[in-house]
Amino acid sequence: MLDFSILTDNIDLYMKGFVNTIKISIIGLVASFILGNLIAVFRLAPVKLLNFIGAVYVEVIRNIPLILTGFFFYNGLSYFHINLSGFIAGTIALSIYTAAFIAEAVRAGIQSVDKGQLEAARSTGLTYTQAMRYVVLPQAIKIVIPPIGNQFLNLVKNSSILGVFAGLDLMYYADLIHEKTWITFDTYIFVGMFYLILTIPLSLLVNYLERRLARSS
Amino acid sequence: MGKVKKWLAAGLVFILAAALVAGCGKSKSTGGSGSASDDPIKKIEDRGKLVVGVKYDTYLFGYKDPKTGNVEGFDVDIAKAISKKIFGDKVKVELKEVTSKTRIPMLQNGDVDMVVATMTISPDRKKVVDFSDVYFDAGQSLLVKKGSKIKSVKDLTKGTKVLTVKGATSGDNVRKAAPDTTVLEYENYQEAFTALKSGKGDALTTDNSILYGMAAQDSNYQVVGGTFTKEPYGIAMKKGNTKLVKAVNKALKELKDSGEYDKIKNKWIKE
Repeated sequence: MLDFSILTDNIDLYMKGFVNTIKISIIGLVASFILGNLIAVFRLAPVKLLNFIGAVYVEVIRNIPLILTGFFFYNGLSYFHINLSGFIAGTIALSIYTAAFIAEAVRAGIQSVDKGQLEAARSTGLTYTQAMRYVVLPQAIKIVIPPIGNQFLNLVKNSSILGVFAGLDLMYYADLIHEKTWITFDTYIFVGMFYLILTIPLSLLVNYLERRLARSS
Repeated sequence: MGKVKKWLAAGLVFILAAALVAGCGKSKSTGGSGSASDDPIKKIEDRGKLVVGVKYDTYLFGYKDPKTGNVEGFDVDIAKAISKKIFGDKVKVELKEVTSKTRIPMLQNGDVDMVVATMTISPDRKKVVDFSDVYFDAGQSLLVKKGSKIKSVKDLTKGTKVLTVKGATSGDNVRKAAPDTTVLEYENYQEAFTALKSGKGDALTTDNSILYGMAAQDSNYQVVGGTFTKEPYGIAMKKGNTKLVKAVNKALKELKDSGEYDKIKNKWIKE
């Protein structure tokens, strides 16, 4: 049986970590969504230089382990006299990392809309931006929602790497609770439950959006 | 050191297991200290070598230099000096690697005659091995950048950050000694030291024996403020080996009186 006294005795530490993980997740979700869309635009825009920048960003960031990116922002930047706390360095790393995957999801979604749609829209006299906005993007968004939802779930779970550089997230406090109790199994089972409290509603929300958008077409 | 304390925290279970292992493994004894009634000193003299368990991975205390392959450090020099005092040149010192996990079983099996391996004298351990007098006053201390305004644990006031390692008791100790400071805990000593170097905190705290090793690696950092916990290191011998313990204590006292001890200490530990 689980020893619930671990949960009740250390609820202050669990909550500190939980609240911080929520903060990291919300900031990360917003930042990675904005940045990811921007990079997707770079990759698709009819400007060669922007395509190149977008491609380099995606290939470099998504092919480096997140923990390494995290340590770059935490310790690496201090070589350039920029000193970030674990919380800030970790949130930046997490946003930048997730943005690469979101950019790919958005790009794939837009490219899956038939080329003829854009050409037809342009031939009616719409500009490139207008054609994108009124014709291509409304179709793409339905395709893009499920993969983006997955990335958001990954972001919440990946936030656990902040624990290794004192990011004060749920996993960091879990380790502190563990060194007090030394009851490994129970301590981390409760951590898992806290993550589920965050991820299950998010997962349900994504499913709901998916169904709603499918109905509207 | 921290790892030692971790084992302490794991508690009596380990000690009991070690005692069991030792009990079962008696037949494996190399004859170093077979039965307590035999004269252990005579046995070592007959054999012509004193087998000493030291650490191979603890900088400044017992460390195998990867370049030369030599094992050197404060513990090693103390062991050699004590052997010289007791046995003269008749007996050679043979070093064997021990870890925090293996040192008590190896002692009890007779694989080693004594253990000089950053081992804290504790009531739990005294039940299963005999200790010499204290040969090094370890304890938790602070490592800071040279010129830091932090001179001792009293300077860890509100707004300061102190770094340490998860899983050790160092975090709890410093929270007690300096309740207003912010404590940040890392996965291992190397990460904590990197964090200190990149300015994530004002001080790093753990046992001074480890901090001196860090200070020796980077001269921009120094150990300050003395110790605020007590971790006296002792030389461990098999339980009931009273004659050897007495001889070691006598040698230790002579080394301290003659100043040889200070010479060895100053060679390794720069305070």
